[in-house]
Amino acid sequence: MGVLGRACLILALGVALYGIAASVYGARARRREWVASGRRAVYALAFLVTVAFVVLEVAFLRSDFSFEVVASHSSTTTPTFYKVTAVWSSQEGSLLLWILLLSLSSSLVLFLTRHRLREVAPWATATLLGFGAFFALLLVAFAPPFGQTATPPLEGAGLNPLLRHPSMMIHPPMLYSGYTLFAVPFAFCVGALIARRLDAEWIRSTRRFTLAAWLFLGVGVLLGARWSYSELGWGGYWAWDPVENASLMPWLTGTAFLHSVMIQERRGMLKVWNASLILATGILAVLGTFLVRSGILDSIHAFGASTLGVPFVAFIGVLIAGSVALVISRRVELRSEHRLDSLLSRESIFLINNLVLVGLCFVIFWGTFFPLIAEALTGKKASVGPPWFDRYTVPLALALVLLSGVGPVVAWRRATLASLRRTLLWPAAAAAVVLVVLVPLGAGDRPLALAMFALAAFVVSVVGQELWRGVRARMAMSEDPVPLALVALVRRNRRRYGGYLVHVGIAILFVGVAASSAFRHARDVRMSPGQTAKVGGYDLRYVKPTAELANEKISLGAVVDVRKDGERVTTLRPTRGFYPSRDVEQFGPIGRYFEGEATSEVGLRAGPTRDLWTAIQPDIQPLMPIIAEGNRRFAQSSGDVQGLVIAAIAARYERRPPPATFRIIVSPLVTWIWVGALIAVGGALIAIWPVGAGARRRATAGYAARVAREIGSARSGPGRPEPARRARARA
Amino acid sequence: MDPSRKRKIRLVVALGAALLLAGALAYTSFSASSEARTPSQLAAGSDPGRSYQLTGKVADGSVRRQGATITFRVRDRDGTGSVPVRYTGTVPDPFREGREVIVTVRRQGGVFVGERDSLVTKCPSKFKSADQPAR
Repeated sequence: MGVLGRACLILALGVALYGIAASVYGARARRREWVASGRRAVYALAFLVTVAFVVLEVAFLRSDFSFEVVASHSSTTTPTFYKVTAVWSSQEGSLLLWILLLSLSSSLVLFLTRHRLREVAPWATATLLGFGAFFALLLVAFAPPFGQTATPPLEGAGLNPLLRHPSMMIHPPMLYSGYTLFAVPFAFCVGALIARRLDAEWIRSTRRFTLAAWLFLGVGVLLGARWSYSELGWGGYWAWDPVENASLMPWLTGTAFLHSVMIQERRGMLKVWNASLILATGILAVLGTFLVRSGILDSIHAFGASTLGVPFVAFIGVLIAGSVALVISRRVELRSEHRLDSLLSRESIFLINNLVLVGLCFVIFWGTFFPLIAEALTGKKASVGPPWFDRYTVPLALALVLLSGVGPVVAWRRATLASLRRTLLWPAAAAAVVLVVLVPLGAGDRPLALAMFALAAFVVSVVGQELWRGVRARMAMSEDPVPLALVALVRRNRRRYGGYLVHVGIAILFVGVAASSAFRHARDVRMSPGQTAKVGGYDLRYVKPTAELANEKISLGAVVDVRKDGERVTTLRPTRGFYPSRDVEQFGPIGRYFEGEATSEVGLRAGPTRDLWTAIQPDIQPLMPIIAEGNRRFAQSSGDVQGLVIAAIAARYERRPPPATFRIIVSPLVTWIWVGALIAVGGALIAIWPVGAGARRRATAGYAARVAREIGSARSGPGRPEPARRARARA
Repeated sequence: MDPSRKRKIRLVVALGAALLLAGALAYTSFSASSEARTPSQLAAGSDPGRSYQLTGKVADGSVRRQGATITFRVRDRDGTGSVPVRYTGTVPDPFREGREVIVTVRRQGGVFVGERDSLVTKCPSKFKSADQPAR
């Protein structure tokens, strides 16, 4: 089977290289059959990579330890769900996943655009296959996933315990889907630049892919945050860790791109900016993969061995040089068709929003790479911490939320102050009410959090007001009841109202972030059973210890009774799971069960107003003499007897528990981070959802009629763009 | 004012703002950063107010717990110099004697006090080339 996998990867590399050559030749010689052949090479790549991926999956499911990757990342006792997902916990497997997702999204976009974009598509095909060839090369030459040994071990190392969390297993495919989907607009932008077809057609054809990329990447980032919150045992969801930053940066530039392309579609402006943004996004996506996989920066989960550093740096260098050269050489074609009419217009608000997003990205970039920058400049290693990041990102985030409220209601081209005053009166009043209500409650000493609450109220009421206006207009025309009118309104312009919903979701998310970082109470306390700790108005009593031998691990934990003002709130059961180490020589036959990796199972009670979060760190030091004795006396015993000894040690812990260290956090409104995220996802789905064939037919029929009228009356300009623009403006 | 002049002014203002931000970034990142130091470097000299990123190994037999506070010594990866560290709070999962740690510290008297949540434990060397997270 390993031979099949290896053969598929080598063929994949060959097919990718062939496809590049065929597409480029087809585009230059204007030979359609070669272009089609290049496109089919993408399908073939997808097929080959899928086969290779299935081979690896099967090896994991069968626990075939003759595969080195399987032996080092899975074991017979690993639950089936984690066997399936352990594939991408390895370096090799995750690169394979990358190229798999890339080839699938490339195939989809090229299939959908096969009758359009005749000049752009072949170059886009070549670009996508360029990515494919690079990753295929990595898999063939630098990180081969199908390495086999003649003497397979009897048991594998198992999946890293920290990664045994549902969201952690969905998180990598989500991130990679986002990264690879961003390769689609990247490639079509390159294609448009090379072919000098710099109208908005390439943007329109790949819009759904860009949105999907943005959605998947965002979900991936949030799943990572969720994992950090509930698995890492420190109680935070974001730490400005290099790997977190790596995934956030392309998301930020992607967000900027989603906004600024509207200006190009509508007004033919900002072409250089848009091209640069999406090229930067694509490069940042590759950079993100590189950061995680190369281990160049010290990070909590920089997983990589460093053999990938050189090829990745070379590839990124080629991408940057090529992008810069392309944009500069096409600067004449990229000239704007219009100029900014007024500083008070949607264009200029979008532009400011773009600058804020890119500024945010730049701050994060600087902070992330600061260790390398500092070492290059001063020769000394140094790094910046979360306070430095917060200093810049908090004000920028505030500006962003403000703009997300103003943007939707400012008219295109030129808005008047009077109209703006009219539309923003009620939202501003809502923000003021929030300020007046919250200041007496003590929010005043955290001005930045307070500002965020007010701005979020502003955004939510702007969107509410817009919806209400639309619904009222609709009802006046159709006499539908409110819910029906609302649905009809949203269906008529999914992109706009989906976007509004995303704004609401993000505003709510930021409320959660601001509240939970400004008003959280956290304490580390050491308690014996019976003792009580007071945190944020809650009394947490360590009732009794628990000890349990379960599926591959020893869980030592606690029952914690939570009361507020004497009334019982809930019972939390934080535990800590000790996974066995395989190092018998160092730790002994019994000790190895206590000295391996350990992970926290957080005791969490989430609620709409606050989360109660606890983690326990049992002190196993007092057990050490007993464990040492066990090591001596039961070294030669059978596995069953050793199991009994471990059970006895666990039982002893339960009977005579030493004091344990607890981390207790009472954090307000954390839940709203996840709720806001879900709302944003819903909004993105509304915007992304394919328009039904019927609706499209109706729309195009009406459009055709309008165009016919316009041509009949005016015969304006060279063909389509002008009437199309006017038709849209009216819609 | 004619439009082209207006645009030029706008451009200058925008570029100036960008430069200002970049300058502030560069300046603050250098002044707020904590330098990486080994134990023997720290033992040789340190400013009381500054924070340092101490990297090294937890010395064998040096870990003492007192309530939620842990004191231990961090020694050079290969060498004998070591400094005392006091750290309050929960330590990461793989924290043990002999393991490699990174912790942000400030000197207070003769002891280096760790910043909350700044302690990171590197996994033992047998995992170094494998895919193991390092906290």
